[in-house]
Amino acid sequence: MEVSSSVADSQNGAVIAVKDLTRTYLLGDVEVRALRGVSFDLRAGALLTVMGPSGSGKSTLMNLLGCLDTPDSGSYLLEGEDVGRLNDDQLARIRSQRIGFVFQTFNLLARTSARANCELPMLYAGVPIDERHERAERALEMVGLADRMDHHPNELSGGQQQRVAIARALVNDPAIILADEPTGNLDSKSGIEVIRILQGLNRNEGITVLLVSHDPFIARHTDRIIRLQDGRIVADERVPHPLVAGESQRPSELDLEEEVA
Amino acid sequence: MGILESAQVALRALASNKLRSALTMLGIIIGVGAVVTLMSAGNAVQDFITDQFRSIGSNLLFVAPGTFQTQRGPGSAPSGKGLTNGDAYALLDPFLAPDVAAIALELTGSDVVSNGAEEAFLSISGVSPNFAELRNAKLSAGRFFDIGDQVAESRVAVIGPLVVDELFPENALPIDGQIRIGEVAFRVIGTLESRGGSAFSNDDNVVYVPLSTAQTRVFPSRGSRGDFQISVIYVQAASEDRAGAAAEQIERILRQRHEILPGEDDDFTVISQAEILASAGDVLGVITVFLGAIAAISLLVGGIGIMNIMLVSVTERTREIGLRKALGARKRDIRNQFLIESVVLAVVGGTIGVVLGLLGTLVIGLLASDLNPTLSLQAVALATGFSALVGLFFGIYPATRAAALNPIDALRYE
Repeated sequence: MEVSSSVADSQNGAVIAVKDLTRTYLLGDVEVRALRGVSFDLRAGALLTVMGPSGSGKSTLMNLLGCLDTPDSGSYLLEGEDVGRLNDDQLARIRSQRIGFVFQTFNLLARTSARANCELPMLYAGVPIDERHERAERALEMVGLADRMDHHPNELSGGQQQRVAIARALVNDPAIILADEPTGNLDSKSGIEVIRILQGLNRNEGITVLLVSHDPFIARHTDRIIRLQDGRIVADERVPHPLVAGESQRPSELDLEEEVA
Repeated sequence: MGILESAQVALRALASNKLRSALTMLGIIIGVGAVVTLMSAGNAVQDFITDQFRSIGSNLLFVAPGTFQTQRGPGSAPSGKGLTNGDAYALLDPFLAPDVAAIALELTGSDVVSNGAEEAFLSISGVSPNFAELRNAKLSAGRFFDIGDQVAESRVAVIGPLVVDELFPENALPIDGQIRIGEVAFRVIGTLESRGGSAFSNDDNVVYVPLSTAQTRVFPSRGSRGDFQISVIYVQAASEDRAGAAAEQIERILRQRHEILPGEDDDFTVISQAEILASAGDVLGVITVFLGAIAAISLLVGGIGIMNIMLVSVTERTREIGLRKALGARKRDIRNQFLIESVVLAVVGGTIGVVLGLLGTLVIGLLASDLNPTLSLQAVALATGFSALVGLFFGIYPATRAAALNPIDALRYE
């Protein structure tokens, strides 16, 4: 499938440049070719959604982009550095300093305050303790949780928990935030609130955000949509008029499918 | 991430599951407590026995007729010529036995002792005048025999505190009291301080009379060669170091006097106090180590308990481990976190165990008033060090497993 060249980001200033990524793994005796040659660039300040049915290779791509896994072949440059051939410790350093993760299931530590949860990545990045407190508080303020810093996850709503997770992803000033189905476990109102925050971070702070979602309405809030199918990119298109979170009502599923397609 | 921060993370994890942490520690607590208590008690018994022997007298050798090595066993009738006054005095030869400083002679027997009103069957010891000095016997009143009594075969007696209780229940100071040993009348000239039961007999329950009087009047004991028989020769060596040399000199003199041919066995036995102490110490040492080993097994079981819980904890916190890895934790950060958790469990358990052991030691001290148990610092160091090692050893496997988890699978783990 030919990728539209009009939306390909320039090689210069690309946060992410992947070329011909492949990844095959064994599921029991079955060889699963999860990625069969994926290439795309992502410039700094982008807001992008990766869409695709389950089994399309979304998760594999996210794991590779998040430096949780290494490709079998192809190259992955993160801010110009080839991270496809690094060892475990080096990958851990990249994850710690350049990547912010937001998960579908929030993955906050239970019995641990929002503030302490936000400090966790800085613990592994070797940030001094005073600066940790300060940066965690600033990040929590950015996601609108200044008054919930000492609350434990079980005292927060789902949307609030995901906002803590976004703050946690922010604290090390990463090159990119990878959000894997960030609204998947939230009701639509909390989901939009989370998208509003991610959009705000992208628009106001210039933070690069890559979303994985299968929700076309969520995807319509981003600037660009990459569609995966069977381990390949089948579409890479710019969203003509991205929605501003909270300003438009969710249309019926049918309308959305038509509109995005 | 530094060790201090790993420790903070580990402590927070342990604190968040207090009951489980406490139960896990229990194995180590009991193990260390048992080690410390048993070793302290063992040391206390050892000290007690050493004190008992010290109270008999220092640098002392015992020479007894017969031999404990005969097939008839100890306590059998002396098989050889026995010991006589002449044998004893021969040991004072300064050329043949330069390391013998002093000797005391004793002839023991038992008979009915009465004072007219009360009557008892008691041990009677005929002893030479320097017996009190050699055996550390202290008088509570009156005096001990002197050379004059010995030469004159005086009918005087020094009695132990229990004898006082039995024969003179009304009178705590029966000096100049009259007693009869068999048919012979004696005058009490002194009473002894209590020494408690010794390793062999109760010295408090003995009537002491001059050796000469015992040999002629109480237990007439002229031997086959016309010499008086005695039961024991106490020999004081010149110093503790020379006790072994003195024993050899005594052996040589007595073999010659008893005309024992080379290759034949002795018909007497020389025992040094050091030997008794050493063998008693050996036995007690073995017992203490044995008890310690049994207690150490419980430490081992405690360690296995820690490993078990750590493995459960790793499985249970798989997602947390995946998350930490995703957020930048290296393998060694995860491994350190879990290692520190298990070491902290073991060391905190060990510390509580030491406190428990201290309490156990105190309780033993209260229950057995003769013992003076002191906390064995050696045991404390051993137990805490060992428990830290146990924590480390049994923590390595779970920690390595945690560190090796693949973050992708770990994050997806339900």
